[in-house]
Amino acid sequence: MLDVRGLHAYYGKSHILRGVTLQVGAGEIVGLLGRNGVGRSTTIKAIMGEVEPRGSIKFKGREIAGMKSHDIARLGLGYVPENRDIFPTLTVRQNLLLGQKSARQTGRWSMEDLFDLFPALRERADTEGGVLSGGEQQMLTMCRTLMGDPDLIMVDEPTEGLAPQLVETVAELLNEMAGRGLSILLVEQKLTIALRISARVYVMGHGEIVFEGTPEDLRANEPIRREWLEV
Amino acid sequence: MEVFAFSLFNGILYGMLLFMLASGLTLIFSMMGVLNFAHASFFMLGAYLAYQISAYVGFWPGLVVAPLIVGVIGAAVERWGLRPVHKFGHVAELLFTFGLAFVIEEVVQLIWGKVPMPYDIPASMNFAAFSWQGLDYSAYRLFMLVISVAIFAALFLFIAKTRIGLIIQAALTQPNIVSALGHDVPRIFMWTFGFGCALAGLAGVIGGNVLGTEPAMAITLGPIVFVVIVIGGLGSLWGALVAALFIGIVDNLAISYDLSFYPLFAVFGVERDVTGIMQDLVRLTTASIAPVLPYFLLVLILIVRPRGLFGTRDV
Ligand SMILES: Nc1ncnc2c1ncn2[C@@H]1O[C@H](COP(=O)(O)OP(=O)(O)OP(=O)(O)O)[C@@H](O)[C@H]1O
Ligand SMILES: [Mg+2]
Repeated sequence: MLDVRGLHAYYGKSHILRGVTLQVGAGEIVGLLGRNGVGRSTTIKAIMGEVEPRGSIKFKGREIAGMKSHDIARLGLGYVPENRDIFPTLTVRQNLLLGQKSARQTGRWSMEDLFDLFPALRERADTEGGVLSGGEQQMLTMCRTLMGDPDLIMVDEPTEGLAPQLVETVAELLNEMAGRGLSILLVEQKLTIALRISARVYVMGHGEIVFEGTPEDLRANEPIRREWLEV
Repeated sequence: MEVFAFSLFNGILYGMLLFMLASGLTLIFSMMGVLNFAHASFFMLGAYLAYQISAYVGFWPGLVVAPLIVGVIGAAVERWGLRPVHKFGHVAELLFTFGLAFVIEEVVQLIWGKVPMPYDIPASMNFAAFSWQGLDYSAYRLFMLVISVAIFAALFLFIAKTRIGLIIQAALTQPNIVSALGHDVPRIFMWTFGFGCALAGLAGVIGGNVLGTEPAMAITLGPIVFVVIVIGGLGSLWGALVAALFIGIVDNLAISYDLSFYPLFAVFGVERDVTGIMQDLVRLTTASIAPVLPYFLLVLILIVRPRGLFGTRDV
């Protein structure tokens, strides 16, 4: 589904990604882990075309490096940014509407589906996004991307700063997505849900992938965890 | 009372015309972050095109076709003029729009010459729609008011209620996210720019035959439109509406009533037949200061509220 090889990216002169290689298969949940500032967000931004990528990025067999973000999104790649960038002055319903790529909604998710999954959003459908709680905003950002019916979704730190119960809700939504056939690239710093729901995980350190394997492999690999994950 | 009603009517009309220009300008400002100095030039283009079209096929086709042509020209200017300049920064963009205003003026003079065009009110509407308290209300002016109010209502519904309107609103503040959701932001900007120019063009079509269609019309109106969006608060459509109506009404009242400033000076014991420098001040009337009134209000507002009436950012 997604095949990234030798990906480099720069912010001005600083070399942030130094040859990242990773794959996400159809219907697979893949975790991308690592400490603060190692370049996880930059990796997704480069895949999405928000940061200029060097290297090869293939999505559904097509080279997308160098394409514009909106064309990449239209190929079926969804992106949920890390800081819950909802449109604060628009209502919940309007935020969801913005995720739709054409005037009519077709595909896996309808607004009603998403409201069924998150009754809290239905209750607040006509309130401004800016007044929602952090957890509700996180659900809204994910649902907004789902309205565009992506085949692969990249989610950047969806559980950051959420109470344990809400973290569970996020995990359930991710499983629900996978159940409907989506592939997921999940960026996390904490291991909590990533190890539980991912089929495979990558660990990133200083702009490179330093570990690749199943969650069991990672649990067993104490040196990697100590060097690249635990604080 | 009848003078008040009449100048109120004309004030609202002038205000709505200003709003047609100001709304497009403020939308364009929100997306580019710089003022478009050529905006009033599109107003002028609208008037000239409408004149030319009306000379061949009459007023009504021009009402539709002229704004469309202006809109397409505007979109083309954005696509092949402003967009390439964008990477050189705001100053370059500002200079580009400044130069564009001159280019449009020169082109207009090249094609139509320096003298005013005989662009007249369509004969079918050149009569008094009704009289009230001895004053005639022209049918054409009534028509202008209907058109401008209809445009205003359509614009607000479009921006607030349609999906495209929402995309535009969101793209103004968070273009990256809107792109990542699969919307072509540069193309949205191009058509928003064109749409703003088309609105200015429409103002030219319906206003050119009342205000006069001549090469200086852009330079005359342009600064006032800037004043409107700064007073209203840069980027705010509501602000633009309120400020446009305010300036339109104040301007018309000042001219109609032509009040003397003498009573103000009388308070300080100044005689009516005083001589010297005070003589000019005593003779000053509201009509004589009407042309500078908008700028006076601008300074006043900026002192009290630096971000304008409804603005969110400082000028
Ligand atoms: N816009 C930017 N300009 C310059 N440097 C940046 C910019 N954004 C990020 N960086 C730098 O790039 C590096 C990688 O950032 P990135 O956001 O990808 O990290 P991350 O792994 O997502 O971690 P976190 O989200 O916890 O900050 C960091 O050192 C950061 O300081
Ligand atoms: Mg990050």
